[in-house]
Amino acid sequence: MNINATLIGQAIAFAIFVWFCMKYVWPPLLDAIEARQKKIADGLTQAERAGKDLELAQAKAADKLKQAKAQAAEIIDQANKRRTQIVEEAKNEAETERSKIIAQGEAEVEAERNRAREELRQQVAVLAIAGAEKIIKRTIDKEANSDIIDKLVAEL
Amino acid sequence: MSGQGEALTSSSYIQHHLTNLTWSVDGGWNAHDAGFWTFHVDSLLVAVGLGVLFLWLFRSVAKYSTVGVPGKLQCFIEMVIDFVDENVKDTFHGKNALIAPLALTIFVWVFLMNLMDLVPVDLLPIAAQTIGVPYLKVVPTTDLNVTLGMSLSVFALIIYYTVKVKGFGGFVKELTMQPFNHWAFIPVNFLLESVTLLAKPVSLGLRLFGNLYAGELIFILIALLGYWQLPLYFPWAVFHILIIVLQAFIFMMLTIVYMSMAHEDH
Repeated sequence: MNINATLIGQAIAFAIFVWFCMKYVWPPLLDAIEARQKKIADGLTQAERAGKDLELAQAKAADKLKQAKAQAAEIIDQANKRRTQIVEEAKNEAETERSKIIAQGEAEVEAERNRAREELRQQVAVLAIAGAEKIIKRTIDKEANSDIIDKLVAEL
Repeated sequence: MSGQGEALTSSSYIQHHLTNLTWSVDGGWNAHDAGFWTFHVDSLLVAVGLGVLFLWLFRSVAKYSTVGVPGKLQCFIEMVIDFVDENVKDTFHGKNALIAPLALTIFVWVFLMNLMDLVPVDLLPIAAQTIGVPYLKVVPTTDLNVTLGMSLSVFALIIYYTVKVKGFGGFVKELTMQPFNHWAFIPVNFLLESVTLLAKPVSLGLRLFGNLYAGELIFILIALLGYWQLPLYFPWAVFHILIIVLQAFIFMMLTIVYMSMAHEDH
């Protein structure tokens, strides 16, 4: 076991290997590792942000849903109110219409009665006159007493 | 066991396993005492092969790495990168593009070299013998030259960055004005600090070498036990997995610590 020139050969080989490693092996590998580390870190922050965004969106959606429900309830309420109102209005209208029709019918009946009475009265007058004529025919001139008869008719 | 036809004793078996395949400038293949300009061909080939394997694997992943969902291999490579990067960031607070790749190279390369220890001790040497290679030591980190080659490189970086960050004056001052900040203590300080400084690469290299050499030796001794090696091999291998990773980690961590000390003022 002597010290000999193997030592120099080993030292030269060592120097060359270290140089090669420094030049062609270490930088690309470390760069790749560091680039991946950065990528992973970026990905993690992005994921975190996405999670927060999702949470925010969910809260927003829940809020919107609540709002929509409230609105729907309000609309239904309004519709109910409006319905009762319409029904009420229709009822009132029908009521007035009915009373109008009834009043009209009553007026018509009244007019018919009046007309019938008038007719009856005239017929009674004619009958009375005819009766009186028959009576008076035997006694007096028709012309001379017609004014009295007219007065009588008017008084009826 | 090596079947060379010679009488095979335990000590020759061990000796054979601890002998490197060498080539020297003066004596050619496997010469005895060939002087300093000798290369342990097996250690260097296995070390460079494993280093190339490491860089090829990581480079091929780096080339097709995606920022999106990574594949399983990319995940594994990124785990290693992340582990090293975290350790560097915890310990080293300056700005230096070299430290992290340096730490990664040390960790994975030393780990792979240590891992060769788990290959059964006779497998590769016998395979090598059948193709005519007489010696093969497959674990590069059991070769003192390999571990010291790395630790001395780290030592050179320590001195380079100390001088670069604190200036040459700062480097000298660190050696002479600590721990006793008085001119009269300069010799004492220098003695203490230079020992501290020199102990760094020596301990770094020897620690790795010692752990792996001892582990390998025990594997060889277990292999000598005949059938008894079967129940013994497995627990030692399991225990050794811990040592393999731990020593790679310690080498890396100490390098980072030394580099951070070179960058910081006390």
